[in-house]
Order: sequence, then C-alpha cells, then structure tokens
Amino acid sequence: MQQIPLEQALGLSALLFAIGAFGVVIRRNAIILFMCIELMLNAVNLAFVAFSPRSGVQGQVFVFFVIAVAAAEAAVGLAIIISVFRHKESVDIKNFSLLRW
Amino acid sequence: MIILFWFFAVLAVSSALLTVTRKNPVASAIWLIATFFCLAAIYTLLGAFFIGIIQILVYAGAIMILFIFVIMLLNLGNDYEPDIRGHVWKVVAGGTSLVIAALLARAFSGELPAPLGHVAGPASLAAQTADRGTVGVIAIPLYTDYMVPLQFTAVLLLAAVVGAVVLAKRKV
Amino acid sequence: MLLLQEAAVHATSAAAGQAGESFAAFAPWLILALPLLGFVLNGLLSITAARRALPALPPVGDPHWDAHHEPSEQEHHAHGDDAHPAAHADDHGAHGHDAHGHGPKPATHTLPSFIAPGVLIAAFAVAVVNFLRMLAAHPETAWVHEYWSWMPVNDPTGALRVGAAIQLDQLSMLMTLVITGVGSLIHVFSVGYMKEDPGYPRYMAYLNLFVFFMLTLVLGASYPLMFVGWEGVGLCSYLLIGFWFKERANADAGKKAFIVNRIGDFGFLIAMFLLFANLGTLNFAEVMERAPAQMAFGGAVVTAVCLFFFLGAAGKSAQIPLYVWLPDAMAGPTPVSALIHAATMVTAGVYLVARSATLFTMAPVASLVVALVGTATAIFAASIGLKQWDIKKILAYSTVSQLGFMFAAVGMGAYVAGVFHLMTHAFFKACLFLGSGAVIHAMHEALHHTHSDMDAQDVRNMGGLRRYLPVTFWTMGIATLAIAGVPPFAGFFSKDEITGAAWDGAHGQLPLAAGLAKVGIDGTLWFGLIWGALSIAAFMTAFYMGRMMIYTFFGQNRTGEEERKHLHEGSWTLTLPLVVLALASTFGGFLNVEREVPIVRWFDFGQGEALHRWLHPVLAGADQVAEANGIAGAAVEPSAVPIAVAILLGLGGLALAWTMLSRRALRTAAEEPAYANGVERVLYHKYYVDELYDRVVVRTVGWLSRLQAGFDRYVVDGLVDFGGKMSEWLGVALGRFQTGQVNTYAFAILIGVTLVLYAFVHT
Repeated sequence: MQQIPLEQALGLSALLFAIGAFGVVIRRNAIILFMCIELMLNAVNLAFVAFSPRSGVQGQVFVFFVIAVAAAEAAVGLAIIISVFRHKESVDIKNFSLLRW
Repeated sequence: MIILFWFFAVLAVSSALLTVTRKNPVASAIWLIATFFCLAAIYTLLGAFFIGIIQILVYAGAIMILFIFVIMLLNLGNDYEPDIRGHVWKVVAGGTSLVIAALLARAFSGELPAPLGHVAGPASLAAQTADRGTVGVIAIPLYTDYMVPLQFTAVLLLAAVVGAVVLAKRKV
Repeated sequence: MLLLQEAAVHATSAAAGQAGESFAAFAPWLILALPLLGFVLNGLLSITAARRALPALPPVGDPHWDAHHEPSEQEHHAHGDDAHPAAHADDHGAHGHDAHGHGPKPATHTLPSFIAPGVLIAAFAVAVVNFLRMLAAHPETAWVHEYWSWMPVNDPTGALRVGAAIQLDQLSMLMTLVITGVGSLIHVFSVGYMKEDPGYPRYMAYLNLFVFFMLTLVLGASYPLMFVGWEGVGLCSYLLIGFWFKERANADAGKKAFIVNRIGDFGFLIAMFLLFANLGTLNFAEVMERAPAQMAFGGAVVTAVCLFFFLGAAGKSAQIPLYVWLPDAMAGPTPVSALIHAATMVTAGVYLVARSATLFTMAPVASLVVALVGTATAIFAASIGLKQWDIKKILAYSTVSQLGFMFAAVGMGAYVAGVFHLMTHAFFKACLFLGSGAVIHAMHEALHHTHSDMDAQDVRNMGGLRRYLPVTFWTMGIATLAIAGVPPFAGFFSKDEITGAAWDGAHGQLPLAAGLAKVGIDGTLWFGLIWGALSIAAFMTAFYMGRMMIYTFFGQNRTGEEERKHLHEGSWTLTLPLVVLALASTFGGFLNVEREVPIVRWFDFGQGEALHRWLHPVLAGADQVAEANGIAGAAVEPSAVPIAVAILLGLGGLALAWTMLSRRALRTAAEEPAYANGVERVLYHKYYVDELYDRVVVRTVGWLSRLQAGFDRYVVDGLVDFGGKMSEWLGVALGRFQTGQVNTYAFAILIGVTLVLYAFVHT
C-alpha cells in the first residue's frame, strides 16, 4: 500500500487553515465565523493525523481532545449567540461591540 | 491512494472555499459538512480509521447539526443579511492568509525536527493497529497515558453543558 | 603667649581671693521645671475652659457665670477698641451688675491666679537659694550639669555632642534672677489685669511657657540649647502678641514679629554652623576654650560668626533693621509687653553677645558694627518716640532705644555695662509698662462706663491722672526719672556707664579701641560719634518720657466729666508690683556704683562695682583674649565730663518737656492734631520705615512668590499635567484600536501568527 506523502497532507492542512483564517477575517456573521474556526481546527487535526503514521498514535489522541474541546466551544459559543440574539435581534458581530470604550 | 487523496483534497479545498464565501449560512454549513466528509476520507487514507469515524459522527453528525439547528432556530436561513466585508478587507485578508499558507508550507517542506520526523515509522502504527484493533490503538493510550487530560476534558464538557444551558436560558 | 594666658589665669584667680570651688547648685532644674509645670496645669485648665465655652447653653449649676454673656473671646473685642482686658468686667458693669459681685467663677478662672504666680515665685525662691550659695562660694568656673544626652551624633568628620545641660554661672544666675523676679511681679500684675478675660487660663499658660523657654535660653549650656529657648520665646511672643487673635490687626502683629524674627534666626543658625565647622563643638565652655587657639584674632571666620550672631540678636532684640516688629507687638496684653517686649525676651540678644564675649573680643570689626548699629537704633527709635501719642507705642520705641544703648555697650566691649543696663532697664521699663497697664485699665474702665469711644491709650485723652492714680503716678514717676538718667535712680548709673565707656573709647582707653587699631582702624572717631549720639538719644529719652508723663498725669483732666468719676486705682495685685519695681528702679543702680565717682561716693558700699566683680569669672575668657593679644585697655582715667553731661542732658530733657508742655492747655485727641507738617510728620510716621519695607521687601517677596507660584503652576504642574495628559491622549489614541469588531481582532492575531511563523521559518 502506497503511503500518502507527508508533505502533500501537510500542504492541504496549510491551505485549509489559510482558508479558515481568511473566512474569520472577512465574515461578520457570528455563526459562519464559528464555522470558519471549526475549519481551522480541522486543518490542525489533519496535520496531527498526517504525522501519526510516522510519529505514533499520540497525534490521534490529540485529535480526539481537539474534537472534544471543539464540541464544548461550539456548545457554549452557540449559546452565547442565542443569548445575544435575544437582545440584538442579530448575529452580526458588528453589533456585538458591547465592551468597547 | 494518491489519486484518492488528491481527489478528496481538491474536494475539501473547494468545499472549504464555498463554506467561506457562501452568503447563506445554511449553504455554508452544508459545504462545511462536505469538507468534513472529505477530511474523514483523508483520515481513513492516512490510516486513522477511528478518527475518521469520529469525524463523521461528532463533527458532521453532532456539531454541524447543532449549527444548523441554531441557524434554523434563529431563522437565519431565509432573510440573512449580507455579512462579507469590503474588497479591501478581502484583499488584505486573502494576502495574509496566502502568506500564512506559504509560510506553513515552507515550514513543512524543510527538514522536520526529530520528534516530527521518523521516530516511530509507519510500520509501528500499522503494527499497533494490527495488534490492538482500530479503536484500541487510541483507546489504550487514552485511558493509560492520557488519563488525567481525559478527565479534564470530561470536566470541560460538563462545564460547557452547564454554561450553555445557563447562557441560553431565558431567565436565570 | 601661653605663658601670658597662664599668668592671666593666675592673676584672675588671685584677684578673686579665696576662690571657693565648693559651689553646689541647689536643684537648678527646678527653676525650669516649675514654670513648665505651671504651663501644663494652666494649659489643662485652658482646654477645660474652652470645652466649657463650646456649648451655647450656660453650664449646669453655674447659672450666674456669663449667663447673659456668651463666654467667647470674639464678643469681648467686638467693640473694636485696642486690646483691653478690663472690658469684660465693664460689660458686666454696663449691664447693671456689680463689677465685683457677679456669681462665682469656675475653677478654670480662679486656679491660674494661684498656679501661675505661685510657680514663678517658687522658681524665684530656688534661684535666690542658688544665688546665695554662689555668692558665698564665688566659683571661678561655671557649674555645668548634663541631665541627658540630647543630640549625640557620631560622624567620622567630627562628633556633635549636645547635652540637655544646665550652665549656672554668674551671668546666667543674674539673668535667672531678673527673669524670675520681674516675671513673678508681672504674673501678679497679670492676675489683676487679666482675670476677667475669657482666655485667662490660656494667657497664664502662655506666660508660664514663655518663662520656661526664657530660662532655657539663659540656663542652657550650649548654643543649640540656647536656640531652643530662643525659638520657644519667639513662639510665646507670637502667641501672646496675637492673644486676642479675633482681631485681625493683633494676629497680623504676631505674624510680623514671627516673620521678622525668622530673619534673625537664620543668622543665629549660620553662626552656629560656622562655629561647629571651625571648632567642632557648640558648648559654651568648649567654644570659649578653643576659640582663641583655633581662630585667628580679627579673622574672617570669627568676624562672620559674630556678625551672624548679631543678626540673630538684632532680630530678637529689635535692632535696626529688624526692629519694626516690636512697636507692633504692643497689640498684646500690656503685662506681656512688660515681660516679653521690655524686660526679658528682647534682652536675649544682649545676653547672647555678652555670653559670646570671648568671640566678640576676638572680632573688633564685628564689635564695632554692633556698637554702631546699637547707637543708631538708640537715636533713631528715640526720635520716633518724640512724636507718638499711644502710651504703649512711646514705651515701645523707648524700649528699642534702650536696647540700642545695651548693644552699644556690649559692642564696645563694656559687657558689664550692657548687662547692668539690661538689669536696670528690666526694672524701670517693667515698671513703666505695668504703670501704663494700670493707666489703660483705669481709663478703659472709666470710658466704658459711659460707652465713650475715645482711645484709652492716647495720652492726649488722659491728663491730670495723678489725682486719681497716685500710686501709679509716683511709681511711674520714679521709673521715668530712672530711664531719663537722673541720679541716683538706677538708669543713671547704667546709662552713665555706657556713655562713659564710649568716652573712654574716644580717648583710646577701651580694649576694643586697641583691637581696632590692631586691624588698622582708628576707633577713637567712631567712639566719639557713639558718645555724641548716645548723649543726644539720652536727651531725647528724657524729653519724650517727660512729655508722656506730663500728658498722662499733669494738667487738666481730659477724659470728660462723666468718665472722671470712674477713674480709680486698681486692686493691690496691680499696685504691689509697681511699688516693688519702683523700689528696684530706685536702688538697683547702686549694685555697680563706681567708687571713683565723687558725687555718689557716699552711697558706695564695700569695694564698689559689685556687678563688675560678680561677672568677672564669666568675662575672664574675654579678658584673657585681650591680654594675649595685647589690647587690654589702659587704666581708665575717671573723667567727670561724661557724668556731668549725662546729668545735664537727663535733667535738661525733662525740664524742656516741662517748659514746652505743661503751661499750655493740653487738648484731647479730637482737638489736637496728630502732627504738624515737616519733621513731625516724618517722626509720627516712624520715618516711613514700615512703608519702605512694604514697598521694598514685602512687595518684592510677594512678587517673587507670585513668580514662583506661576513657575510652580505652569512649569512644574505643567510637566506633571503634561504627563497625565499624555497618558490620556495615548489612551484615547490606543482606544481607537479597540473597535469592538471581532474581525479586526482576529486580523491582528493573524498578523501576529504570521510574524511568529516567519520567525519560526527563518531561524
């Protein structure tokens, strides 16, 4: 079975991370922002997994933790969005500058 | 294998771009799910079978359903407002992202440091998978070497659950 | 030179006969502790009284006490007159009460009458015991006892050792006797004068405190300890001048005294620093011992030390140019003027110079400056005194003038004459001030009965008081004869000794004249000038004192028909001190009679010049310096000229006043103009010195202060404010970055990530 070259997997990971970061900067919809963050997390996961055939199983264990933290983050983040939406009737983060000077 | 990898890679990148660029949050979410599926396939190609399954179950199945659920709950799928920032931002952000991608690629293409390099070797993971099974290869270190972080993760999830309930409740 | 000094020591000890070394001081600390105790007790009573006065309601169980009169000092002086304690009693009288019969006074206002004079008389008794012992032993060296170490400083460059030590020698003994003796009399007088004042316990507390500090000044065994007393009496002077502080003028007068004295204190401090830098000690005994060996005769250092000490003395003793505070100090109660601003505190400068006689003998130029300034002050103040109408102002300028006489004496090296005049002056000037107090007391009471708004202190409003105040008249008359220099009263002898010293100097017979010759100055002309000026000043003194007496006690009474009925002598507490002081003024001069004076030879007792012999051990150091430098005065040829001139001028001044004033019908202040044009105007306005100081000094200082305030406000504060503003602007500017837009923050993080990655890749 032919191995997938590490460089290519990592290159894909870098590309996905860049796309996610681009999305975080240009989007104002809080939910899409979260989705972009999930995308960036997955790019990192991909890097972990890509290393695991060479570096052992630890990378996969970390992916497991990342998924767990992402789940927690999504739950709390979405709860915050719902809570804010009740006050602002919007999920646009330009309206969320509550703590500004 | 390589061809499959490239196929899914191209699919993942294009889905990701669509996720970022779609105006409709529901469309974004659907494309993100597609990205996750592609990634799950790539995980499998990389030999991480359990992670690939988890990717579909937890990410695509649970987290993204939660997102869509919230979008539906807040009724954002129909009269969504345009939320993409101006061209200047697009250019600046795109440039920065490309620079980051280039830097990352550059970092990965060079001589990797020893811990990331050929320590265990591919045979090791394959051998372990053969020895302990697809699940056991992750579960055994998780419940032995990573016991304490696992417990902390459990506490974190509990806190997240309680926090989410408190935040989302109408009256505290 | 050492041999010479040795010889001098032997000579002096031989001259003193059997020098008894067995002088044992009798608890000299009691002299200090008793007035301090009085201060503490009276101070506590004063606080109690102040607490009692706080509530508007009269105290329970004491319904008579000021029930119709809120016991505040404010109201007391609401009638805008000059400070008069009798007013309080008059208030009662005017309200139809018997002045002596209003209910029992609280203990806070009766106890000080016993405590304050009591502690003073006790201290006087202790002083007398010590005096008798000293008289019997006649010790050649000062008795010094250190009670505890006050300022022990160990420094590699030189250790400073100042102990809380008492020095008891003939000079401090004499000063102590004067302070406690005259002080006791003035305390007794104060009981009669101030007992109706609401602030009576406070007044007595201050007075006791003053005596304590004054005794510290004269009993301290080192310059720093003397400085403690020096500052303490300055504080008490300030407190007592501004005793009736509710009136702005009084408070201002207190401030003026305080600030002018600061200039002098600066001189005192600089002199102490110089002394310590050059001699490494500040104790009197050590300074006098080391000074001749470690400082050059007539050198710059010792001259500077003496001149700075004299600056201090000029401030405290009201000499030109720092005399301006003393006439204003008359704002205080009259007994205070008698005690502090005539008899004791203002003579501290003379004491300082006499105490430092060794140093001043070594600095002929500084001594000449002291003598010249003293002479100038004497004639200057006497001329102002010619045209004053306020009885206390006349006495104030007289005091300044007499202090000038004392400084002329100590400046010329006639230390005994200076101290002698200090003592006699304490007697007759205290008597005059207390007499004026009795007059004001009577006048004020009389004027208050009819609610007259005449000035009770203006001599033009008095006249013919000798019929109503006979005791005051006779005692003040004796004191006037004393100050005018009429033999055989005290002032004649002391003043004659001063003018005699100047006469001797003009003939080159003073040590100072020889000392000046040694540094290349011909002193005889200066001394001649001093003699002439002092004689004119003495003539003026006789004239203005005669004028004051004539206006006050002779001629027609000008107080008015109704008021006249209320003029009467005060109680025994007022008259007794007057009588005692008049007796002292009469006989005090015989303490130091020169045996050679033919007119008074039959008054002489013992060997003559008792004070000279008494003070000899104190001045032995100065004599040794003179001996060692070969400037000891030649044997003084007694001359009758200065004596004759002094008698003639004294009598002549009084006679001139009598002929000029008494035959004319004197007029009241309302009719008699304060001054005619020309010289009188200048004299009445005190040569416009206050105005000059205001223009030159006060305004300059004010202008500089405003400049500094501006500098502080705009430059110093500006810098600080600029720092604050900068932070604020920076905050505002940086705050703009806090858009609250998550995207922007994310972008910033992204930039950071890029930089970190860049660094990661390129290392």
